[in-house]
Amino acid sequence: MAIIPNPYKTTGFLGWLDDRFPVSKLWREHLTEYYAPKNFNFWYFFGSLALLVLVNQLLTGIFLTMNYKPSADGAFDSVQYIVRDVPWGWLIRSLHATGASAFFLTVYAHMFRGILYGSHRKPRELIWIFGCLIYLALMAEGFCGYVLPWGNMSYWGAQVILSLFGTIPYIGGDLQTWIQGDFTPADATLNRLFAFHVIALPFVIVGLVFAHLVALHEVGSNNPDGVDIKKVKDPVTHIPLDGIGFHPYYTVKDMVGIAGFLIIFAAVVLFAPEGGGYVIEPANFTPANAQVTPNPITPAWYFGVYYAMLRATPSMFNSAIWGVIVMFGAIVVLFFLPWLDRSPVKSIRYKGWIFKTAITLFAIDFLVMNYLGMHEPNPTRTLIARFGTVYYFLFFLGMPIYSKLDKTKPVPERVTE
Amino acid sequence: MKRIVLLVSGLLLAATAVAPAAWADDEMEPLKFKSDVGNVAAVQRGGRDFLAYCSGCHSLKYLRYNRVGADLGIPDDLVKQNLIFSDAKIGDTIQSAMPAQSADWFGRVPPDLSLEVKAKGADWVYSYLQSFYLDDKRPMGVNNVYLPGVSMPAVLGELQGWQKMVTRKEKVGDGEKDVFDHLESVQPGSMSPEEFKAFVSDLTNFLDYASEPGQTQRVALGLPVMLYLVVLLILCYLLKKEFWKDVH
Repeated sequence: MAIIPNPYKTTGFLGWLDDRFPVSKLWREHLTEYYAPKNFNFWYFFGSLALLVLVNQLLTGIFLTMNYKPSADGAFDSVQYIVRDVPWGWLIRSLHATGASAFFLTVYAHMFRGILYGSHRKPRELIWIFGCLIYLALMAEGFCGYVLPWGNMSYWGAQVILSLFGTIPYIGGDLQTWIQGDFTPADATLNRLFAFHVIALPFVIVGLVFAHLVALHEVGSNNPDGVDIKKVKDPVTHIPLDGIGFHPYYTVKDMVGIAGFLIIFAAVVLFAPEGGGYVIEPANFTPANAQVTPNPITPAWYFGVYYAMLRATPSMFNSAIWGVIVMFGAIVVLFFLPWLDRSPVKSIRYKGWIFKTAITLFAIDFLVMNYLGMHEPNPTRTLIARFGTVYYFLFFLGMPIYSKLDKTKPVPERVTE
Repeated sequence: MKRIVLLVSGLLLAATAVAPAAWADDEMEPLKFKSDVGNVAAVQRGGRDFLAYCSGCHSLKYLRYNRVGADLGIPDDLVKQNLIFSDAKIGDTIQSAMPAQSADWFGRVPPDLSLEVKAKGADWVYSYLQSFYLDDKRPMGVNNVYLPGVSMPAVLGELQGWQKMVTRKEKVGDGEKDVFDHLESVQPGSMSPEEFKAFVSDLTNFLDYASEPGQTQRVALGLPVMLYLVVLLILCYLLKKEFWKDVH
């Protein structure tokens, strides 16, 4: 199929552009004539919000990089220099630190939405997989960024995470040293994590987000009813009857979401920049110190679930690698979700009590595990964390069975709201 | 369905709202202190007292003298006359007077206090400063309820007077253990207990200020920003309603 330049026959300056670059084509195909289902609800705000936060991170990140010094001697001081001496540096830093938490919050909500309404199901498997890859890259990005201020929790967080590589049999110890560039987290480690944080991973994340959106626009958006809006089209215009142009309908609607989100976001940035210890931990106001271990070592809140799994898994056969396997398994299993879900319907609205119970328990499990990951373990907590870990995997690995058993309701032809 | 959505979002909110991020279970709960960095007079007094009593050993290496002056409304010449006891320049950060080679006088280098309140909390600083007690087993003859094995001598002892720890018996397993009950004055100091409390309050307010000198400006910026965003939200909502009129 040949590419026809300027298919809409625009004239003037726009015409000149359209003869050379698909301005009007992109605008129409991806905005005004990209038809999204009209029944998006609250949960559908989080995709655009995550994109907003990504832009926030990129922009504030540029300005932080101008004054941050990636060295074990200078990093902590340079952060204080930014927040105290650089004009508006405190705001930029706070937007970036709070943005990190907001990124995970929006991404978690966005993923949960996907599971609720079956947005990962055929033909959207690749959208989901790109999404999982974004999440994985985001975790790496979050970890690297967390280390950069070189506070004491940064240091010990780096120690814990990098030592995960050390649990690999035979090569682990050497691998860890190679990755760290030293025998403990040190100046060399900080420098390479900086390189990953500001160049490598943002590049990967932006690329994956692009692929995520290309895949989405190829197949179209799912919706809370899980029905395919392209099945019922206007016989003349061929526009889905339940579809509305993304622009202006969802651009203006997303503006409402953004304004609402910004109220909460700005409230944290301006009234509680440490976010009650969730955005910036008290222990990170002390410089990195290899002699003083924070008690307890807590991960950033967005890693709580996985940290709980890591700690809950016992060492066996003289190796601590099992916890690492469980932790990574918990992320890997997400990639298989499109094929684990065998329900004949997509949306929770038409699923039966089994799935509704399973996902409610999963949401509770996720929150409980997060809590456990951030608090000192004791025998009771470890026991709960073990049950929690098992349930996490049961939710996914049991899905092929229970999603088939579950009694579903008939799905309507058209969206309901 | 609605109920599940509500339940889950409710839980998400609850999880973020409940409880501080982390705590160690065995530490003494500090006294409650509500710091007030907006109280400029208190912060000024705290700054004066910090420089008189604390800056001999403790630096505030991220805080500049002229920043203190600018934030607390003290002209530069008054800062030079009243607050700078060294040959530091007005734009310098507050360094301790301790020579580098004597850093281990007390067994450990006195820590920089620029971020003490952010790291440990105003409650803790306020409690710690009031809770030195006589203890023969310690090299400086004193110990602290909130930092057992403290290296620092009781610098404020002359002001506060001297106190001893009173313990009570508590069952631990099969045996009994002495646990902290309260502190009792054994010799009054030059200040009354109320005066000393006010003194420590001022100091804590100043250290809170020092931990984030821009915090009053930050909070002041908050109100107009919130107002702006609420108006923006309303306008966006009305815009959305207008555009969506033809969606059925």
